[in-house]
Amino acid sequence: MISLTKKKAGIHSRRSMTGNIVVFGFVVLLGLFSALPFIFAVITSLKPIDELLQFPPRFTVVRPTLANYSDLFLLASNMWVPLFRYIFNTTLVAVLGTLFHVVFASMAAYPLAKHRFPGRNIIFSIIVMALMFVPQVTFIPQFVLLSKLNLVDSYAALVLPWIGASLGLFLMKQFIEQIPDAILEAARIDGASEFTSFFRIVWPNTLPAILTVVIFQFINLWNYSPKELVYSESLKVFRMALEQIVAGDPIARMGAGAAASVILMIPPIVVFIALQRKVVETMTFAGIK
Amino acid sequence: MRTAAAAFKRHRESYLLMAPYMIFFILFTILPVILSVVMGFTYYNLIEPPRFIGWYNYIRLFLDDDIFIIALKNTMLFAFITGPISYALSFIVAWIINDLSRTLRSIATVLFYIPTIIGVSVYPMWRLIFSPDAFGYLNGTLMKWGFLREPVAWLIDQNQLLVILIIVQLWMSMGISFLAFVAGLQTIDGSLYEAGVMDGIKNRFQELWYITLPSMIPQLVFGAVMQIVISFSVADVSIQLAGFPSTEYAGETMVTHIMDYGSIRYEMGYASSLAVVLFVLMVLTNRIVTRLLNKVGI
Repeated sequence: MISLTKKKAGIHSRRSMTGNIVVFGFVVLLGLFSALPFIFAVITSLKPIDELLQFPPRFTVVRPTLANYSDLFLLASNMWVPLFRYIFNTTLVAVLGTLFHVVFASMAAYPLAKHRFPGRNIIFSIIVMALMFVPQVTFIPQFVLLSKLNLVDSYAALVLPWIGASLGLFLMKQFIEQIPDAILEAARIDGASEFTSFFRIVWPNTLPAILTVVIFQFINLWNYSPKELVYSESLKVFRMALEQIVAGDPIARMGAGAAASVILMIPPIVVFIALQRKVVETMTFAGIK
Repeated sequence: MRTAAAAFKRHRESYLLMAPYMIFFILFTILPVILSVVMGFTYYNLIEPPRFIGWYNYIRLFLDDDIFIIALKNTMLFAFITGPISYALSFIVAWIINDLSRTLRSIATVLFYIPTIIGVSVYPMWRLIFSPDAFGYLNGTLMKWGFLREPVAWLIDQNQLLVILIIVQLWMSMGISFLAFVAGLQTIDGSLYEAGVMDGIKNRFQELWYITLPSMIPQLVFGAVMQIVISFSVADVSIQLAGFPSTEYAGETMVTHIMDYGSIRYEMGYASSLAVVLFVLMVLTNRIVTRLLNKVGI
């Protein structure tokens, strides 16, 4: 237990052995609870049909099979719109929503962090306040707005509201703030315009924050399926298609449903694991003073 | 006027850099909030032009909508139970894993953050676990061990339903505040702890209260804002597990109530007044929590 912990250079107050056991035991239990539904989904997706309908139900799988995955794709390929179209829609929405948000929000984050212009503090405090006004709570007026702009049932309805999300801007502004003024000053003396220094100096130095915002935005968009915003089958995203398949016959497609859950949870997990260090580095500056 | 123009000219590049983002931010984040406030005073069904009806929507909310009262009660329950518990848990877990080696800490960070990012994909699994017949995993297991004779309709029975929703919501709401805490703990200057030992700090709990927490107030405030968002906007978990509407509206929350009036009945004015109540609750809670957090460590 002790050897698991890092050696700190400084002196610390005493940590008792019993304290350590209680404390780490608690975390291990909580970790199990965290991981359980995930493991359960993977196991269920590997069960053959007789094990899925077995009584009493068992958490483990005896004869693992990939049949549920092939069933899911068989069902998906028999849909009215080709499966590829749903995957394309998800990709398009996630890429556009992420790209425009990251570019525009980082451009706005730079002056908010480094320039002293009138209105700066008011704008930033509005943005901090807006951290609370996420699409989950503003979807009704957003829907009214999108329908008045004639954008309901289009890609624009899925993408545009995300470009103005405030969390990404907040994280990048806090990160840019700690870039030393000296290097920006040096560029200014060399005659660089603000646009040049933004792309040449701020961007490369803000990479961890940019990647973090990419991850958050991508995960949000991947998990997003607002049924009231798109109803044409050809505009629906991958998640909606899989949910429709499973909802068609929840009992018989229980295994396929588990397979769909596993497929839908893999991309967010993979990107988060890959860039986890960058995320933690960025979150260091995420405090609100 | 002239000074404003001069200021604009001098800071033209700043404003230009901000312009593209601000257009989207104002249009899709700020304008909807303003629209809610305005529409809250109207009857509006998207087809006819909105009709001004004063405070009628708000009077109807509190005096003539029993389901709103359930929704308000449930949202407060989520806000004041799952909110503080997951906030405290995210901090406690972050604090404990901060003592681990770098690799183990990374693994633990991923493990505890995963439910937040895959939550929406896993609802079908919770439905299997809490399924109302004997084939449900929880029922089957409890019956096998003799704790239950008859299967319990966990997600249909209005007495059980909220407890299950709270548990599942807790599972998935460690969220981004957890990451901020993990990161914030890393940055605390080690010499503060040395000084603490000199000043007579005896155990890790004193260390936590007098050194760790006060050094992390900015992260704690950020985490609180994020947790307020998560716990006041609870809706998905209720819709996915308890159904929409749930039995006798036992699982109704503010946001599912907004959906009911906005996305199904197209009573946009009424739905907006509900949203305004939600905004006010969130902003007020944020004020109170921020004030409390600034008292930490004193």
